[in-house]
Amino acid sequence: MESVGSIIVYVVIALAIVICSVLAVTTRKILRAATYLLFALFATAALYFQLDYEFLGAVQIAVYAGGIVVLFVFSILLTSHPGDNSAKLASRKRVLGLTGALLLLIVAGYSLISRCEMITALPQGENPPMKFIGETLMGTGHGQYLLPFEAISVLLLACIIGGVVVARKNNN
Amino acid sequence: MELTILWYLIPSLLMFCCGVYGFITRKNMIAMLISLELMLNAVDINFVVFNRFLFPGELEGMFFTLFAIALAAAETALAIAIIINVFRISEKIDVDDVTKMKY
Repeated sequence: MESVGSIIVYVVIALAIVICSVLAVTTRKILRAATYLLFALFATAALYFQLDYEFLGAVQIAVYAGGIVVLFVFSILLTSHPGDNSAKLASRKRVLGLTGALLLLIVAGYSLISRCEMITALPQGENPPMKFIGETLMGTGHGQYLLPFEAISVLLLACIIGGVVVARKNNN
Repeated sequence: MELTILWYLIPSLLMFCCGVYGFITRKNMIAMLISLELMLNAVDINFVVFNRFLFPGELEGMFFTLFAIALAAAETALAIAIIINVFRISEKIDVDDVTKMKY
């Protein structure tokens, strides 16, 4: 049995996630789409905080909301006039998109709801301590993640170099 | 009322469906990328929720989400570099207009 406060917090977060995602894909101004994406990502971070993963919520805010959305806004301002509306949707395309999304929603939603034995209440748990997270990320033992960590760092380096090479102005 | 695992999976499912809808209907490449981010984010939520509810005390889902966030950042940066380059060549970034490499 949850307290009333956590249920209210959950309802606010869930509504923010759903409404912001719907608006992010239906609004016709692209800068607004990026803004709604930002709020959807913030609501996701709040969900992580509510589930006691504070480190993950902080990473979500720092990387997604702080990094990726800024990148989106910059590229939108570089490539289009922010006030412009995008063209009206062809009805065929809208029907196609709605069909795909609703089909997915029905299939996945039905399989979720029909699996009643999977539904468990929130088990007792606390925020994993920072020391444990650091040791898991940096250890080489069983269930520790030094190799993926290094692979990600090399990937990010390659991605930075690739981004510079691709986006650089060609002079000759 | 009890907040079971289903209550957390349904918003993430709706978020994923929004991403699918946007990815099919949008023409602007950056808007398609925004829909892609929504889908990735919904999957991240699923990892965290399953980890928290089914395996409390372990951190596998959390680390998977951590690496997925890093991968999403890398992918977005590269995709935006490509989009800006396409814009420099053809002055527009709608997928219907970028047909130079077709066939």
